[in-house]
Amino acid sequence: MGHGPSSDWSFDRASSFKTRVGIWMFLLYAIIYAGFIIVNTFDPQIMGSDIGGYNLAILYGFGLIVFALMLAFVYNATCTAAEEELNGPTPDLIKEEEETD
Amino acid sequence: MYDVSTWAIIVFTSFVAFVLWMSYYFARRTKTAKGYFAAGGNIHWSVNGIAFAGDYLSAASFLGICGMIATYGYDGFLYSIGYLAGWIVALFVVAEPMKRLGKFTFTDALDSKFNSKGIQLTAALSTLVVSIFYLIPQMVGAGTLVTPLLGLSHTTGVVMVGTLVIIIVATAGMASTTYVQFLKGGLLIIFSIALVIVTLYNGLSTNPNASQHDPYHQFKTLAVDMSSGKPVPADKSYTFVSTTEAAKGLTFAKLSSQGTETWWHSTKDANGLDVLTEAYWVTNLVIPVKDSKGNLVSTLYNGIPITDSKPLQAGHIKDLKFKDQSVAELRNVSIPQFLRGIKESTIIRFLSKPVKDGDNKVTVYYQKATPGREILTPGLKFKVDAAKGATFMDKLNFASLMLALFLGTAALPHILIRYYTVATPSAARKSTIVAIAAIGFFYILTLFMGLGAMVNGVVDLTDNNMSAPLLAKSFGITLFAVISAIAFATVLGTVSGLIVAASGAVAHDLMDRFFGMKLTDHNKVRAGKVAAIVVGIMAMFLGVMFKGMNVSYLVGWAFAVAASANLPAIIMLLFWKGTTSKGIAASIVTGIVSSVGMILLSPDMFEKYGLLRSSAPIALDNPGIISIPLSFLVLVIVSLSTKKKAEQTPAKEMEFAAAN
Repeated sequence: MGHGPSSDWSFDRASSFKTRVGIWMFLLYAIIYAGFIIVNTFDPQIMGSDIGGYNLAILYGFGLIVFALMLAFVYNATCTAAEEELNGPTPDLIKEEEETD
Repeated sequence: MYDVSTWAIIVFTSFVAFVLWMSYYFARRTKTAKGYFAAGGNIHWSVNGIAFAGDYLSAASFLGICGMIATYGYDGFLYSIGYLAGWIVALFVVAEPMKRLGKFTFTDALDSKFNSKGIQLTAALSTLVVSIFYLIPQMVGAGTLVTPLLGLSHTTGVVMVGTLVIIIVATAGMASTTYVQFLKGGLLIIFSIALVIVTLYNGLSTNPNASQHDPYHQFKTLAVDMSSGKPVPADKSYTFVSTTEAAKGLTFAKLSSQGTETWWHSTKDANGLDVLTEAYWVTNLVIPVKDSKGNLVSTLYNGIPITDSKPLQAGHIKDLKFKDQSVAELRNVSIPQFLRGIKESTIIRFLSKPVKDGDNKVTVYYQKATPGREILTPGLKFKVDAAKGATFMDKLNFASLMLALFLGTAALPHILIRYYTVATPSAARKSTIVAIAAIGFFYILTLFMGLGAMVNGVVDLTDNNMSAPLLAKSFGITLFAVISAIAFATVLGTVSGLIVAASGAVAHDLMDRFFGMKLTDHNKVRAGKVAAIVVGIMAMFLGVMFKGMNVSYLVGWAFAVAASANLPAIIMLLFWKGTTSKGIAASIVTGIVSSVGMILLSPDMFEKYGLLRSSAPIALDNPGIISIPLSFLVLVIVSLSTKKKAEQTPAKEMEFAAAN
């Protein structure tokens, strides 16, 4: 089951930037997710309150799913832009190191 | 039991045969390419993204979540939210830095930095334990699927999947290729959309069409006279037999009518009058009886031998309201109308309670009128509201589950591997985003499939895992057969992937590297196959043992074990320079022992052992909130106390790589 590196990343000058963006976005999502747990644990009645035809539980739940997707899109756009700017539009990143064994 | 349709069997077997052929075909082809991972390099990110979804949406999602929503409403949907949120951790925190370490798996990544025997052993053990925990729900799901479809018993289903998978793994090697997962993932989403559209079109009604052939059972309510202290029915065709107090405030009555005994729930109606509501019941006999074919059976459904009886399917809307108006039915509804209809109505769910009836054990499934508002907010399974008697431990249990779901995905070895099947970093990222979109969309659908099952009289009271396929069955046998076949194929794919991962941990990580047995390639493959057979047989036993438990609930445990054992090691390796090999090994061991130990001592497991829930030494069913921080803490303490050895720290190497 041995294998080599999945791809050659040594050309990627954007990696530390991407890691920072990733951690900040993770923290943002974690806070909103934690908010969901905290409201449910400490004041579950609020979750039943009406907002239009829905209630907060449904909207918050759907919101967590949709927000995850939105963050993923923003993250992708930010990372792609950083890669192009810092690495140049060279095909370096596309270079794939073949499996060694 | 269930009526079996020949057409359903034909559709099912041809689909499964096609998937098996496809697995085999691609498995042969990947052998001629430069191995599985290199072949993955050619795959387009959009295909890979859907394949991710095919891999991730296992039995837990389609069977387990829908089943739990059908029984407990919103509390099942919490799993959808948590499973999806887990991808955020995988995408933003773990995946790219892990990939930068240049390794595919958790074990390799950890070990490449330290080359430590301790890490080799503990990481391999952790892969084994997590794989086995993840295998249990898949096997339970497989057993559940074949019962209504092929008319086979749960055990036969489990053995069938186990045998099929062992054959696949032992002959073709890595069976689940990206294309097979792509096909299954795509079809699962398409057919789930179809099921939701039909559910919305069918709408809401107080008289559901549970089956195309049989009308839905009309549950009776009897007025009773309590003046004697016993519920004596006003309807003289029933005579009172006995009452049993199953729990505080929960009394069942046994009545007799024309020589047949029936069970009822003694309660009050909406006007506060004493009534008996009709219940379903399952009897476990001490002395077996003969069924119509002369076979001995020890289980009765509503007093009839299980083999002669219909399945116990129920659940309906008692009082359908829309915009504060009572209506008999709402057809062709939109999503907002569907949710509003549920919210304003009163729904009959069925709860169960075992009681003693002479020497026999009777499980009574009694009606519980539940306001739609409660169904669309958390609290029916995981108690959170102090006003309704939730204790501190109940709240902790809820928070613990949500934490484990959030942190578990990024710690599952077989999910991490999937991130590396495409060529470039941007393609890997894009495929993850396609995966999040597909999985998120599917999880939104689970709410409608689950609620649809809840109100359409299709939930099998003895095992809620089949709710979504049975909802499909109420609309047509073809839809049912196709959806069941996709679910079954998904189980096959997930199980073979997990067994390959577990056997790899034994043959590669343990025998070859840890014990230094220096196996030849041929012997390594052989050892792997033997390990696959052993793990497969273990999984079959566990699958039979955990019959009837909700699949998603079991996966929640697998997530807790994975998050406790692996995540602290991954995160600290990537982000803390002081991490040492001993710290990692200690944290993995702590994570496994504490999470598995707490699960084995939990009230849920005590119930499985046949003991009282209250006698469990730990009052928490979900261990994550204790075992995950504990594992982090042990890693930090052990690393600090073993730091002098000046190991090459991973963080330094990463900085070096980034500077170049």
